[in-house]
Amino acid sequence: MASVDIRNVRKSFGTTEVLHGIDVSVPDQSFTVLVGPSGCGKSTLLRMIAGLEEISSGDIEIGGRVVNKMPPKQRDIAMVFQNYALYPHMKVFDNMAFSLKLAKVAPDLINRKVSEAAEVLNLTEYLDRYPRQLSGGQRQRVAMGRAIVRDPQVFLFDEPLSNLDAKLRVQMRTEIKELHQRLSSTSIYVTHDQIEAMTMADQIVVMRDGIIEQIGAPLELYDRPHNTFVAGFIGSPAMNIIQGRMRLEDGKASFQVNDEIEMPLDEARGVANGADVLLGVRPEHWTFTNGQAGVPLDVSVVEPTGADTLVVCKLDGHEVLASFKERYEFAPGERIRLTPSPGNIHLFDAATRERL
Amino acid sequence: MATTTEAEQVTPVGEDSSWYERLKHNRNWLGFLFMVPAAAILLVFLAYPLGLGVWLGFTDVKVGRPGQFVGFDNYAWLLEDDVFWLSVFNTFLYTVVASIFKFAIGLWLAVLLNRHMPFKSFLRAIVLLPFIVPTVLSALAFWWIYDSQDSVISWTLIEMGLIERPIDFLGDPNNARASVIVANIWRGIPFVAITLLAGLQTISPSLYEAATIDGANEWQRFWRITLPLLTPIIAVVMTFSVLFTFTDFQLIWVMTRGGPINATHLMATLSYQRAIIGGSLGEGAAIATAMIPFLLAAILFSYFGLQRRKWQQGGVDD
Repeated sequence: MASVDIRNVRKSFGTTEVLHGIDVSVPDQSFTVLVGPSGCGKSTLLRMIAGLEEISSGDIEIGGRVVNKMPPKQRDIAMVFQNYALYPHMKVFDNMAFSLKLAKVAPDLINRKVSEAAEVLNLTEYLDRYPRQLSGGQRQRVAMGRAIVRDPQVFLFDEPLSNLDAKLRVQMRTEIKELHQRLSSTSIYVTHDQIEAMTMADQIVVMRDGIIEQIGAPLELYDRPHNTFVAGFIGSPAMNIIQGRMRLEDGKASFQVNDEIEMPLDEARGVANGADVLLGVRPEHWTFTNGQAGVPLDVSVVEPTGADTLVVCKLDGHEVLASFKERYEFAPGERIRLTPSPGNIHLFDAATRERL
Repeated sequence: MATTTEAEQVTPVGEDSSWYERLKHNRNWLGFLFMVPAAAILLVFLAYPLGLGVWLGFTDVKVGRPGQFVGFDNYAWLLEDDVFWLSVFNTFLYTVVASIFKFAIGLWLAVLLNRHMPFKSFLRAIVLLPFIVPTVLSALAFWWIYDSQDSVISWTLIEMGLIERPIDFLGDPNNARASVIVANIWRGIPFVAITLLAGLQTISPSLYEAATIDGANEWQRFWRITLPLLTPIIAVVMTFSVLFTFTDFQLIWVMTRGGPINATHLMATLSYQRAIIGGSLGEGAAIATAMIPFLLAAILFSYFGLQRRKWQQGGVDD
């Protein structure tokens, strides 16, 4: 097993730079997820680690060796592709044995390794089938089996679950995580799905437009997002970001939505009186006050899901989402009052959109 | 067959409905009616000439004189005809050598054209040129290239000081064979190259990436990914290529008319010469008919040997 260090890595296609200096350290045995909207460069970064794309500048180290110029097969990595990339003309066994055959491993050792991997992945009875004869989930497992048999230092996953249906995706998510816990191999996983990132990762790298927005443990990103992008990207439904102004009076800080609506704050966090700020509250952090205190909101839609009740409201013309564990029955048009639960108010600078 | 039952339910076939009404709603009759035009064209322009040709092969019809049924006389005659056997040998030589080269060069070109390079679509268009030029025209061009006095090849080699006298391309039997084969290869490559290129483009690039990560070098990727995945298309394209080459006529007829001393006579050209020029329709037809078993064998070989791959079919076919 090995750690992966990415230092000031840049990538240009022609004159267009798509990665603008990426620094990530992937600790040994960790499960690191690169997440971001499409076009943020996460797949490109993964392919550079794999050796499928050249590195324009910077260094990538795997297990302490700089691999910039090393061909993929010497990097001791295995990769699982989004479309599985199974060889259609080879049976499952040969798909999994391909890399070992190329490495001229002894046939009985190949047999043993493949059957071990097949055992782990519940593929034993399918070894004699062609990929076309398998279901999506089984193909996905073959793709992982192909990676496992090589016993690589680093596993790379490129959106491996995006071709599966929702139910299977949840199931495979668990399987991949279990597999990682069993093999405790360093894994780098690319996805655009923040739920996948949150549920699987030890460390999440949030990327946007070729730069890193924040690196941290899942709950760290959830609790203390560095900027409004991370705040909006991590967590579902997304955090409410409300525009307003800081008001300091008699040593007390409050957030002013407009002349009438005001929310008390614990502290000013160094913001001057009258400064434009953005206030972030996650939908699940609203409390229904049932009285006169709190922010007045007009209910527009109520969406009960069973587990929670999602309420879409209007605040000064802007949409605000609230999610409750309780089964409130609000009527559309009703005015309700909510307060953010203490300690769960995020403040961002209106200009830089950075956390205050 | 849901549609059948539906149609039957919608239209009650009563005794008073006319035969036209009944036909109009009968699925089988309608299907038959729709197939008639296509079947008629096939019968008149394909089956009838083929049948007539086979029949003529069993007669001694000459141009302008009705003949009689002579059974296998024409074939017995051909069996002892050295020129016929020479044409069979030539046809096989021509087909085998030209097909091998067309395949090898065509595949090589296809792999090259499949790469990222500048002016890709322009180069692909250029490769098609030999295919676009009418055969007779390209045959005439080759005729000039192979001219015994003014050949551009001879001229170049003489200027370079490599040879002293012009090469007699079409006058010497072996030179002539090689020359017509080269012309046929030149003409046949675009078809092979472009079709294989289309096949190559159906292979997902991620397979090559997966193989690269699995440790395959360029040769291993070609032998273990490209070639096996291309076999179905290779089978089809080479079957067609072999059929076209085996039955080739235009190139030879324009360039050599089968000469010198029948050295480049193919079965097709010999058949034409005997039947139309020589007037022995029966004998010419027999030569043409003799090609059928070979062509059938080529088709069956590709169909059973190459085309049907288990991995191409879904479901359970164990």
